[in-house]
Amino acid sequence: MIGLVIFAQAVGQTPVEKLVNAFSSGIALGAIYALLSLGFVIIFKATQVVNFAQGAIAALGAYLVVYFATVVNIPGRWIEDIPSWIQWSLSAIVAIAFTALIGIIIERVTIRPMIGQPLFAVAIITLGLDLIIRAVTNDFMNNSIRGLGDPWGAELYEVGPLRVSYTQLITVGVLVAIVLMLVVFFRSRTGIAMQATAFDQEAAMAQGISVGKVFAIAWAIGAVLAAIGGIFSSVAPRAAGVSPVTAFVAFRAFPAVIIGGLDSITGAILGGMLIGLAEVFAGTYLGSVSWLGVGFSGNVPWILMMIVLLVRPHGLFGTKEIRRV
Amino acid sequence: MRGRPNLYTRYSSEMGLFPTTTKKVSIALLGVIAVLLPLAALPFAGYLASSSWLILINRALVFTIAALGLNLLSGVAGQISLGHSFFMAVGAYTAVFLGSEAGSATWGLGLPMWVWLPAAGIVAAVVGILVAPMGVRVRGLYLAFATLGLVFIGLYLWLNLNKITGTPGIGRRWPPLELTLWRGMDPIISFATNGPLWWWLRPVNLLPWVQIDEMTGAAKTYFFVGVLVVLFAIVAKNLMRTRVGRSWAAIRDRDIAAEVMGVNEYKGKTQAFAISSFYAGVGGALFGSVVGQLIPQSWDLLLAVDFIAIVLIGGAGTVAGTLMGTFFVVLIPRAVENATNFLAVQAQDGGALSWLGNLVIRTSPDDPVGIISLGAAGPGLSIFQFNIMLFGVLIIVFLIVEPLGLYGIWVRVRNYWKGWPFSY
Repeated sequence: MIGLVIFAQAVGQTPVEKLVNAFSSGIALGAIYALLSLGFVIIFKATQVVNFAQGAIAALGAYLVVYFATVVNIPGRWIEDIPSWIQWSLSAIVAIAFTALIGIIIERVTIRPMIGQPLFAVAIITLGLDLIIRAVTNDFMNNSIRGLGDPWGAELYEVGPLRVSYTQLITVGVLVAIVLMLVVFFRSRTGIAMQATAFDQEAAMAQGISVGKVFAIAWAIGAVLAAIGGIFSSVAPRAAGVSPVTAFVAFRAFPAVIIGGLDSITGAILGGMLIGLAEVFAGTYLGSVSWLGVGFSGNVPWILMMIVLLVRPHGLFGTKEIRRV
Repeated sequence: MRGRPNLYTRYSSEMGLFPTTTKKVSIALLGVIAVLLPLAALPFAGYLASSSWLILINRALVFTIAALGLNLLSGVAGQISLGHSFFMAVGAYTAVFLGSEAGSATWGLGLPMWVWLPAAGIVAAVVGILVAPMGVRVRGLYLAFATLGLVFIGLYLWLNLNKITGTPGIGRRWPPLELTLWRGMDPIISFATNGPLWWWLRPVNLLPWVQIDEMTGAAKTYFFVGVLVVLFAIVAKNLMRTRVGRSWAAIRDRDIAAEVMGVNEYKGKTQAFAISSFYAGVGGALFGSVVGQLIPQSWDLLLAVDFIAIVLIGGAGTVAGTLMGTFFVVLIPRAVENATNFLAVQAQDGGALSWLGNLVIRTSPDDPVGIISLGAAGPGLSIFQFNIMLFGVLIIVFLIVEPLGLYGIWVRVRNYWKGWPFSY
């Protein structure tokens, strides 16, 4: 079922090493979840749509990297003697741009006609999208594991007891970069338009904001973040490549969203970190507890989500719904 | 009020199960057809009775029971649940624990069906009652996510409770549908095996041109599950049109306003979860028993989405719609498969539709165009994946184009012919 995260480093270590490494790989996993849930929250805030297809889009984005980096070989087929990391990054950027385009198309074709319909109906549409995208993506990758061909592989960076893979460092770096970019974006004209739309669609329209354009941009950003999360969740320390399981791994970002609160960007990042740390710590310290059985760590996010929902029904940072008669 | 079928002078007559003569006649006709269907008594139905279509119809009937439960919860009470497959699994595993014989690595009590079938519903209902407080506290979309979590936590449980659920990847055999008095006794009626009708019914001449010597197991299952579907449908309909259902509808439409009017929200939601889970549990137990063997991974998100699709495609909040929805959702994959095979043959032999076959189907990896590919290798979707995709497309198209579902289409067609030729 859900892919087991392999903790090769966790064997034969001193307690300090175990703790430090669990912490670092928890942060890295948390960064992946934070990326996925950021995309989800941005789509939800701007368009009031719960995007259940986020996991499927993540898998699709990761597959597109496989396609552009290893099958089509962009841009290496035209330019020779190019460092492998530039070659791979350029392919990844092309793939991410493609995913953004797919996000825009999805919004235009399936979400736009549903404006004004009940939230739940739109949420179910995205469930349908999830089925479609997953079926097509699984078929593209022949239902097998496809390596992304990233140049870093399983290379490690060692500082004292800490051993971090390059991919983990890059994941956290990319998350920080994206958060900074988002901060800048939300201060730009378009970003402010998006905030206005999130606050009140009709009032935003009355101010001359093209709500349709804002929706398209929000879906593009959501798809981009999903693709980046999908890429990092299917490279070296986490997985051998993108596979039908990737979409379900990305599904575990939903608990992060709910724990943080559906409409809170800070909540998405903190929720992602919390989920990532909890999952890795459960895998490291409870992995050998036999009565917990197989795949416990993968379900820690869902269990945490249940507990948080019972204590705070709107997540830790979510806006409390105002109920009127 | 002769000749004025739509004029109701009393509330009770408007709320009647079959308020008009037309409805009474058409329901009676449907009943006759439903009885004759598996008996090879109708010219066309002979095909259904002899082929594997009847097995699919049985599955659709079983799904109807579970889908009625989801329709009560989501369609009538307005509580969004993505966790229906979880409650089905609870019922199914209760059934397998109580009904199956213990194996070398599995637990089982081997109790008769009249114990395990109601118990499946009751245990699922109890679990539903335990989940209900969450439905009161957590609202709307958050509830959808909470029930989604149930599915995943459930999958983890089913994969690990191997004593009950069987080996991962192999699963476990469900108890057969047979009526026995107590464990170890010979079955009075076996609904699962071929044989003479019942023990007291000898070969009969049902109609002058058909003589029935024996019935297949599928036909017997059909009758047994069919009777259950009718019972559950009547209960659902009665729930909808009486106090309980009206309180649910009030909670669905505006929960605070309902509370102001004196509807107990907590009680209403608990009832809705309990009854819905009861339906799901019975449906799950029957599903396991009709299919025979299921792997623990069967109770996944896709199954839950199946049921949401049934409710939405059929029409939320209606019993007739649920029935239409299940038959649509369960029979479509098979129809697609048959159509694909037909087109593949056409493409190979150069029949009248060979152009369509060439366009849609890849028969070999060299075939340049096509969406569906036959055989595992080669680009293009397999029939199974194509069906999943088609399913997603259907959900989206129905929600965008026809939010009332098949029931809405039916109402429009009916109203057109009601006023014909003065339809406008």
